[in-house]
Amino acid sequence: MLAIEGLTRRFGAKAAVSNVTLEIEPGAFVGVIGRSGAGKSTLLRLINRLVDPSEGRIVCDGVDVTALSGQALRHWRADCAMIFQQFNLVGRLDVLTNVLTGRLAKVSTTRSVLRLWSDEDKARGLAALDMLDMASFAAQRADSLSGGQQQRVAIARALVQEPKILLADEPIASLDPRNTKVVMDALQRINKELGITILCNLHSLDLARAYCDRLVGMADGRVVFQGRGFDLTDDVARELYGLEAGDVMEDAHGVGAETRMAASA
Amino acid sequence: MVRPVFLVQPGAAPLSSFSPNPQRIDALKGAYADAIAARRNRMILGILVFALVIVTSGWMAEVNLAKLAARIGNFTSYIERLAFLDNGAFVLTDIREWYWGITHWMRLLIETLMIAYVGTIVGAVLGFALCFPAARNLTRSALEMAVVRRFLEFCRTVPEIVFALIFVVAFGLGPLPGVLAIAIHTTGALGKLFSEVVENIDMKPVDGIVASGGNRVQVIRFAVVPQVLSNFFSYTLLRFEINVRGAAIMGFVGAGGIGQDLLESVRKFYYSDVSAILILLIVTVFVIDMATERARHALIGREAH
Ligand SMILES: Nc1ncnc2c1ncn2[C@@H]1O[C@H](COP(=O)(O)OP(=O)(O)O)[C@@H](O)[C@H]1O
Ligand SMILES: [Mg+2]
Repeated sequence: MLAIEGLTRRFGAKAAVSNVTLEIEPGAFVGVIGRSGAGKSTLLRLINRLVDPSEGRIVCDGVDVTALSGQALRHWRADCAMIFQQFNLVGRLDVLTNVLTGRLAKVSTTRSVLRLWSDEDKARGLAALDMLDMASFAAQRADSLSGGQQQRVAIARALVQEPKILLADEPIASLDPRNTKVVMDALQRINKELGITILCNLHSLDLARAYCDRLVGMADGRVVFQGRGFDLTDDVARELYGLEAGDVMEDAHGVGAETRMAASA
Repeated sequence: MVRPVFLVQPGAAPLSSFSPNPQRIDALKGAYADAIAARRNRMILGILVFALVIVTSGWMAEVNLAKLAARIGNFTSYIERLAFLDNGAFVLTDIREWYWGITHWMRLLIETLMIAYVGTIVGAVLGFALCFPAARNLTRSALEMAVVRRFLEFCRTVPEIVFALIFVVAFGLGPLPGVLAIAIHTTGALGKLFSEVVENIDMKPVDGIVASGGNRVQVIRFAVVPQVLSNFFSYTLLRFEINVRGAAIMGFVGAGGIGQDLLESVRKFYYSDVSAILILLIVTVFVIDMATERARHALIGREAH
């Protein structure tokens, strides 16, 4: 159980995340929605401790995550793997090495710096890549891949961390529709087959409704909605997204993009 | 809802019937002319200040153009004398006599290159170690960054020849003080350049490695070094070029290499020896410049893929 208690993070005078209290049950697929600037990325970065909180606590299975430092902090980070909108791979390293960086918290500094990965770790990395249909790219440089492929490598890196939780920050925002489906399906499999808890920031309400068991709506750093996809009425959506509401909802109501284009032609 | 898209606002005059308002155009012309005049005035002021600074500094440094003109003849006649052997023959008529000391000079030239080479490598290694704490985007504490930066500044501000002089006193004559002097100066120069390269990296991979639990050394190894390595090599090669020139004068203070023989020949008026050594040096530096430039281009070319 991941419990977030009164979590606040200020940048200067502005509170990016403001007094957020949440409970995430193990095995859930939780979608965090809200317009850009709502504080979704900051919330995920706070959980992974890429950003330190101004106030409040994060407690996971009785451990106060906000108090961790040193080796314990690095193990926590490995426990809640993160994937990013821009993939955040190291472009000049090959795909398998990128995946193996997911093992860094668990191998000695000397061995890792010399890239002396154990056979077991290599097997683990290749298995993760294979699960995402990326094993044949293992020796290629990461920056030679397409966005969708890079995101799958990033998911493989997350998997070899053997995480309890996977934090995904708008994982499909830089991808085309086909890759969007490939990546979201992969996350769903990881959630259902491996039982890894997923906390996923999404801009599109449509996708959030389709993939998530539970939605958390944020606006101005606060949680303003919690519930199932169908609990999210148009009124609430309009409150969450303001002027952007049209963009994120129309598809969900069957007024597909094609229909709109036909209308304007 | 579908709205029609208008390229021109409805009701606005189409472009073909565009008719300027003369008063408004005059006002715009005036504003434009003022802006240009202001820029020109600033430029004239800049030129005046520049000229004033040159005249003042020339005066303070006692640069005397009349004296320069009167004595330029001494310089040209010195150059002329460099072209003749002691027996009065033109140097090219008896190359064997001109380069009588070639084996000795080659040994010293190689020593010079080794001083530059070892000094560059030691300096590059130390600069590499110090560039990460000196880089603003990777620093752990402001104090650590400030201390490292001041140290690097000290290393590159003191001229190599000064360090060499001090080390000759401490360690005695020979190449060791030369190597140390060049290594220290190179540490300061490369440490600074390397840290600027590090400050310009893409931080997304850094976030990626930190988020998966990497420690500082691992972050540097996997997220930073792959992004900076080719630039580091390029700067090191450039520095080697500079250090060959620096090593050539280390001998002036007894810190090894060919400099000592050069200085002695100048002092004792062995004109043809001076020209022989200078030409050896010029050719060497030229060859090394070309070789390192090719190597750097090859590096950059490989990066492009
Ligand atoms: N490192 C930072 N420094 C300053 N302000 C930040 C920083 N990170 C986020 N913010 C601000 O916090 C707010 C929330 O940002 P973010 O969490 O990225 O929102 P979202 O991911 O929902 O778009 C924004 O107003 C953003 O400008
Ligand atoms: Mg965001």
